Amino acid sequence: MKTPEERAAFVAKMIVAMPYCMALQLRCERFAPGEMDLAMPYADQIIGDPETGVVHGGAVSALMDTTCGGAVMAHPKASLLTATIDLRIDYMRAAKSGDTIVAKAICYHVTRSVAFVRAVAYDSDPDRPVAAATGAFTVEGTE
Amino acid sequence: MSRKPEPVHLVKQRRDAALNHLIGKIPFIGFLGLQFDRRGDELTTIMPYDEKLIGNLALPALHGGATAGFLETAAIVELSWAMMWDRMETGQPQETALPGLPKTIDFSVDYLRSGLPRDAYARATVNRSGRRYASVHVEAWQDNRSRLFAQATGHFLMPDRAG
Repeated sequence: MKTPEERAAFVAKMIVAMPYCMALQLRCERFAPGEMDLAMPYADQIIGDPETGVVHGGAVSALMDTTCGGAVMAHPKASLLTATIDLRIDYMRAAKSGDTIVAKAICYHVTRSVAFVRAVAYDSDPDRPVAAATGAFTVEGTE
Repeated sequence: MSRKPEPVHLVKQRRDAALNHLIGKIPFIGFLGLQFDRRGDELTTIMPYDEKLIGNLALPALHGGATAGFLETAAIVELSWAMMWDRMETGQPQETALPGLPKTIDFSVDYLRSGLPRDAYARATVNRSGRRYASVHVEAWQDNRSRLFAQATGHFLMPDRAG
């Protein structure tokens, strides 16, 4: 049996290896039991509006979804397999063109069947978040 | 006395050119590999299956983030398309017909069943479009139109429209 820290480390490695995460070049910045920080580097292919160079909301959604899912899997009471039930994202401002976006997620409550998560995303300015997310994820029966 | 109707090939040419102009403005559409099917003003957004869209390799299932990006793009394109339709139909050049892209304020996705490793389709409905804000609902399915695998609602900030 893994310790909670070993489990979080295992999850951190596993989630960035998913094909869609590799396409977005996501990498893990920090992990702890029930917590995950993932970074998405700026790339031309994820631009939503070339006039401003701003990253498309759909790419931020993927970063948020993965980070939230990672925090759930890294929670000792959740399961290593999970699926998103719902995810709501608030876009507070456009991320600065060229900046890496880092999402920080916390799985703050786990029941027998549902895990609740929230996340905040930042660009290079740590005082002004780019986006916030809240979500619910499935907790599967046994591992 | 009515004027002679505009030849159908010219109508189609104009609408397809306007749609392509809009799609060409969003690089992320190329990253997801999205395609658009137009019937009159009705748009269906298609996300052809690709290995890179997979999240869970064991199932396999589409990544929730790919589904979210697909839905959000379908919503933005539908909203922009609805916004430019009247100007396009009155013969304004594409550059002025599309003043800018709407900005997402919030986007909420319901994942109803896991996305299969197959093509996915989405249609968006603009439920309300005001001068500053718009509310858009999107539905996505794969094999059966009545069995949605995801749906979403989003609010958008409209671009400033001169004139």
